[in-house]
Amino acid sequence: MTKDECKQVVLDIIADIAPDEDLSNVKPEVRLRDQMQLDSMDFLDIVMELRKRHGIEVPEKDYQQLASLDSCADYLTPKFDALTGKS
Amino acid sequence: MKLSRIVITGVGLTAPNGNSLAEFRANLLAGVAGIQRREIRYMGSQLAGVCDYNAQKYQTKKEVRVGTRAGSISIYCAREALADSGLSWEAVAKDRVGIYIGCTEHGNVETENEIYNISKFNYDTKFWSHYHNPRTVANNPAGEASLNLGVTGPAYTIGAACAAGNMGLIHATQMLRLGEVDLAICGGVSESIHTFGIFAGFKSQNALAAHADPLKASRPFDKARNGIVISEGGALYTMERLDDALARGAKIYGEIAGYHVNSDASDYVLPNPARQAECVRAAISRAELVPRDIHIVNTHATATPLGDIQECEAIRAVFGEGCPDTSINNTKGYIGHCMGAAGALELAGNLPSFDDLIVHPTINVDDLDPLCALPGLVLNQPRAVAKVDTILNNSFGMLGINSALIVKRFVP
Repeated sequence: MTKDECKQVVLDIIADIAPDEDLSNVKPEVRLRDQMQLDSMDFLDIVMELRKRHGIEVPEKDYQQLASLDSCADYLTPKFDALTGKS
Repeated sequence: MKLSRIVITGVGLTAPNGNSLAEFRANLLAGVAGIQRREIRYMGSQLAGVCDYNAQKYQTKKEVRVGTRAGSISIYCAREALADSGLSWEAVAKDRVGIYIGCTEHGNVETENEIYNISKFNYDTKFWSHYHNPRTVANNPAGEASLNLGVTGPAYTIGAACAAGNMGLIHATQMLRLGEVDLAICGGVSESIHTFGIFAGFKSQNALAAHADPLKASRPFDKARNGIVISEGGALYTMERLDDALARGAKIYGEIAGYHVNSDASDYVLPNPARQAECVRAAISRAELVPRDIHIVNTHATATPLGDIQECEAIRAVFGEGCPDTSINNTKGYIGHCMGAAGALELAGNLPSFDDLIVHPTINVDDLDPLCALPGLVLNQPRAVAKVDTILNNSFGMLGINSALIVKRFVP
């Protein structure tokens, strides 16, 4: 999985949990919380949807890795690759 | 002790046949029911009363997703009631507002949804939603309304089975009289069609209605009635002390004249006509009236074979044959049983009678059960009457809770 594909996975989840947000111009380097209305329960939603849809586990100590789209991609892409057998 | 006079100054509602009082009333007078078939989890197609109000009128998509159906119905009804009241909401002291919402039950819907959800993951509870607890706490519907409105006064629900709608208004009356709040948003809501358990429970009890034509399925007092049609809905009112309402020149729908609440203490599900009659008599007495002063009796009858007969027995015991000005009706033929919203919605449907002097009928009575043949029963066609000064609203529930509320025409 490319990092762009990984960002799209996260955006697809955000589109469902924050349906009022305009996601057409999300800045990947900026914290998600600083550019849309997301609270701690929403981040738990992102964690839950990664688990449900993709079998990805994000332990609590790593939640900060989900702060921005860039940090999501850096953190999650290896996990997706591990699931699909890529190193 | 002289008690403050309490008046109704706003109405907001959603029913299976209307999303405003005007629409609801017009359909009650025109005989338009709102029952349809709906897929219920594990049970297939069932009869249900479904509301089609526009949730996005007052909620974001995210609020609808995070919250519950009961919360959404509460928000819609509360906002509609406030808009109807003419209050300048920005100027209202939010810590002096109380939200009192009657519920038959709460939490079944979300619990069933989560169990169904984890069934797709081999019942692994790590897939259980973190929203489960805020969605299922018993105060959820009132709490969601407080969040949406910014109300910082007391906001909670009142669990009273199917007597709950009346209980919202009764409790609001008490809190206004105690001076606990200056404005009450009160009534009842139901999200019951979203839980299969209520359908399955009534089915197992042989109390779930069945009929080829959904619009004819709910038929209180008819010989062929065979049970309850389960419905969702809500009706919330703004209520104030009379002095406050007059000071701001509010439109006044009616005044709380009296009420009573009691318990059967006799059975989990079977009503007790003697206790029901006691409840109605006590409400009439508290209103300083006698039975012949009651002009409309809205019955609770849910179209179960035995329950209708027992309520009729109670009404016969109170009103007998000597109340020529008393009309008796029922709303469930149109909307089914809206559970916690039933009492509040059914009162709303009758309030316009103070102005139009028409009593809406009980519909779907093709063959009146002789055991339900009360004098004054208004069947199938609206009845114009000379006088409507008082409405008695009955609402009874499981575990034997009875409530009777009397609203009278406002006379300064």
